[in-house]
Amino acid sequence: MTRTLAQAPVRAGSRAAGAGKRAPHVGLSTVILLAPACLLFSLFVVYPIFASIGISFYDWSGVGARTWVGLGNYRELFADPVFGKALANNLRWLGCYLLAPVFGLALAVFLNQTLSGMRVVRSLFFMPFVISQVVVGLVFSWFFNARLGLFNSILAGLGLPSAAPLDSEQGALYAMIAAGLWPQTAYCMILFLTGLATLRPELIDAARVDGAKGWSLFRHVVLPQLRPVNFIVAMVCAVAALRSFDYVMIMTLGGPYNSSTVLAYYMFEQTFVGLRYGYGAAIATVLLALMSGLIVVLLWQMFRRER
Amino acid sequence: MPASRFALLAVVPLLGSVAWAGTLVVNFNSAEPAQRAAWETAVVRFEREHPDVRVQLNLYDHESYKRSIRNWLTGVPPDVVFWFAGNRMRQFVAPGLLEDVSELFTPEARDTLHRSALDLVSVGGRQYGVPYTYYQVGLYFRRDVLAAAGVQEPPRDWRDLVTACEKLKARGVEPFAIGTKDLWPAAAWFDYLDLRLNGLAFHTELMQGKVAYTDRRVREIFALWRELIDRGCFSRNHASSSWQESQALLYGGQAAMMLIGNYIVANFTADMRDRMDFVRFPTLRSGVGQYEDAPMNTLHVPARARNKEDGKRFLAFVMRADVQETLNKALLQIPVNLRSATAADRFLMQGRHLLATADGLAQYFDRDTSEDLANIAMKGFQEFMLNPDRLDAILPTIERARSRIYGAPENPAPAQ
Amino acid sequence: MFPAPIARRGVIARAGYRVAVIASLAVWLLPLAGVALTSIRSIDELNRGNFWSWPAEIRFFENYGAVLTGSRMAQFILNSFVITIPSVIGSVVLASMAGFALAKHEFRGNRLLLMAFVAGNLVPSQVLMIPVRDLAIALGLYDSRAMLILFHTAFQTGFCTLFMRNFIRELPDAVLDAARIEGAGELAVFWRVVLPLVRPAIAAVSVLVFTFVWNDYFWSLVLVQSDSIRPITAGLQSLRGMWQTSWQLVSAGSILAALPPVGVFFLMQRQLVEGLTFGARTRD
Repeated sequence: MTRTLAQAPVRAGSRAAGAGKRAPHVGLSTVILLAPACLLFSLFVVYPIFASIGISFYDWSGVGARTWVGLGNYRELFADPVFGKALANNLRWLGCYLLAPVFGLALAVFLNQTLSGMRVVRSLFFMPFVISQVVVGLVFSWFFNARLGLFNSILAGLGLPSAAPLDSEQGALYAMIAAGLWPQTAYCMILFLTGLATLRPELIDAARVDGAKGWSLFRHVVLPQLRPVNFIVAMVCAVAALRSFDYVMIMTLGGPYNSSTVLAYYMFEQTFVGLRYGYGAAIATVLLALMSGLIVVLLWQMFRRER
Repeated sequence: MPASRFALLAVVPLLGSVAWAGTLVVNFNSAEPAQRAAWETAVVRFEREHPDVRVQLNLYDHESYKRSIRNWLTGVPPDVVFWFAGNRMRQFVAPGLLEDVSELFTPEARDTLHRSALDLVSVGGRQYGVPYTYYQVGLYFRRDVLAAAGVQEPPRDWRDLVTACEKLKARGVEPFAIGTKDLWPAAAWFDYLDLRLNGLAFHTELMQGKVAYTDRRVREIFALWRELIDRGCFSRNHASSSWQESQALLYGGQAAMMLIGNYIVANFTADMRDRMDFVRFPTLRSGVGQYEDAPMNTLHVPARARNKEDGKRFLAFVMRADVQETLNKALLQIPVNLRSATAADRFLMQGRHLLATADGLAQYFDRDTSEDLANIAMKGFQEFMLNPDRLDAILPTIERARSRIYGAPENPAPAQ
Repeated sequence: MFPAPIARRGVIARAGYRVAVIASLAVWLLPLAGVALTSIRSIDELNRGNFWSWPAEIRFFENYGAVLTGSRMAQFILNSFVITIPSVIGSVVLASMAGFALAKHEFRGNRLLLMAFVAGNLVPSQVLMIPVRDLAIALGLYDSRAMLILFHTAFQTGFCTLFMRNFIRELPDAVLDAARIEGAGELAVFWRVVLPLVRPAIAAVSVLVFTFVWNDYFWSLVLVQSDSIRPITAGLQSLRGMWQTSWQLVSAGSILAALPPVGVFFLMQRQLVEGLTFGARTRD
């Protein structure tokens, strides 16, 4: 669910401009076709967004009466050091997740060959993306386990002192991000492979005739053609970064102390452990505000071409 | 038509939650094999005695359970929940989440309980749950590992404790195994340092939010704690280990002691049983009474449960002397019912004697004080164990939470 | 084609490339390989610190058997299927209908509606959490498979609608008009003309939604309290609490939980790639 933007937008970016004329006769059939999706989506997605914003103005323990507190939850939130920490961690997560497109593009270029067996190889590289974050989180919990994890075996093999990233306030967040980058890179790779497949051969051949190769060919001919993909991939990673919850729940529970908490986890913790539904809703609203910025940019870019 | 109706019948239970009348949904909070086996046996017995009831036992691990119980209690709860006596129960009674089960506490039933046990499940003279077990907390240690390091007797006072640590460290053994990922194991250290330094009266006031966390007597706790931290007495990488993971150090001989509850005994192999021993937490200051943590566990019927009648029958069943006896023999814990016999187990005998002769009992840090405060404070303890230099930032943070929850501290009592 | 095809280079270059690919694949899948190896080891060997040597004794049946019979793993996997499959069908059906209307029917607010579907699908789950949970309680569907199915269907419909709409838009209007001239109504056009043509898209989007729903953890945490409903993701986390340091069981459980989406992915790969490259092909 954290990667639901998937491939459609790429297609939107690469599709031929201007679809055909639409059927002039619109009526009952349109309503019948749209109604089920709209009803369900309104009830379970659209309405809850507004209801959640509403709850953020109340003090509420989840049962019984709600007390109107206006902006009280928000005032408390902005004075709450843990909230500040969670926000900063979300931004760090976002910054690091922008490495996924870089790695993904490198992998895609590396694997964009037509030798026999390459399809299987590409699938194997893509595999981490279809595995649940719960499993990825468990795998990396074990990987980083201080006593028996592979991470320390590797460090020992390189003659380096052992480390316990999940145990330190500097390391825990980055250990989770490293776990998250694994499937995220796979995802970016597959998007870039799709992008590379749509490159216009005549432009590349022409550039090659002009003597361009290697890095300059990539930089001046390939990258510009990948621009729509670049954009989508970056957006998808940013969205995924803001949604990070599963890894925190599986790997650190926000710890040690609150050093690796993020907004999504802090919201869950305040709601179900602190029984502070209003406060949790206020955190969710901040998360929504952050995401809205991304959503607007994304929608604008996606539909700009269609106008 | 009949065929399609059959199909429908087959699909309905698949889609809905299975909760027809006569089903008793019990959410159980432990994944420890011994605990699970004990309760599964009890459930079988209950079903045999009540053929009209079918029990649906949902298994949670202890920590996930604590994080999700509020979700069900405020939503659609099961019919019976496992929880903890004292303040931890009262915080659910206050917003009306637990059913009043006073009717189960008949005069005969009250006769089987200690006054203190009854108090721990009562609010305003009404009872909201049934206690079924309690246990001691103390130092579990490897006699052989201590001996190998030249420590013949377990530590009885502070000097012993420090000497033992130094000898163990010199042998490359971790003195204390601890896992603070789930936070509460660190709170046992806070509790015992406070009980041994400042006594139960002060501890109770502190737990009730009447004393500031910046108080001199609280700082004394951390000063001693810090001496152990600075000497490297606690196992490395504790912040990413659960208590279960850290106990492996004990069994592997890489660590010598552990401050933990008696539930650990159920995990000992036969070989380990022979090597392990128990001792009460050392004395730190003469003249302070012998106080102990003795957490009591309970069962409750949520106020919004669907099948409260059978839920109460289950609670009544668990109150019975014979049921508590069998249950606690399997759990290796002490029954609350005074008519139940305690298992003839070495650790349990020691524990029962310890608690019976104690000058007073506390529950446990996160059961005695507000849970909201406990969560913030225990994160502070963990931070302190990793960064003792930050104490001057940690204590004010805890104090801010305390004053938000409990208000201004009462006039600090003069030190004895 | 970029980069220059190695296939046209010499034998040595091709061999070198293959070695490089295999080496990087080995590093890439190292964490999984470690888990797979651990899942067939004995606990004694793990306690001795043997993680990377070939297991002295292969405990495949013991470990996987213990996971499947000693825990509720099998039940959780079944629950995941019972939740995932209807959710996939539901969201794909709803999205195909809505996608057709949005692609081929011109009306005011068409674009806005599509944007609402896309935007809603990007909203973090935590924003929806409290109201969706309240809705579940109000509808009497808290802790039921029906609630998870309804919610996943609704949420995934947002993404699927965009996907289907973009595919259907590529269909030439002439094909649709031909049917219309023969007197077919819009619903008949949808059923008889559009659906058969967008089969590859349906296959592609189904695979994606299958993995999204199967892998969901958050909602099974928020909306479920019974083991008889709990899907594998939340079940696995709960079993981890039970298995603790028995890494061989945690590993075997993880592998079992990952198998269905990986299996579906490998089985449906062709459809997935076809769906992914659909846009690229129509351009020629």
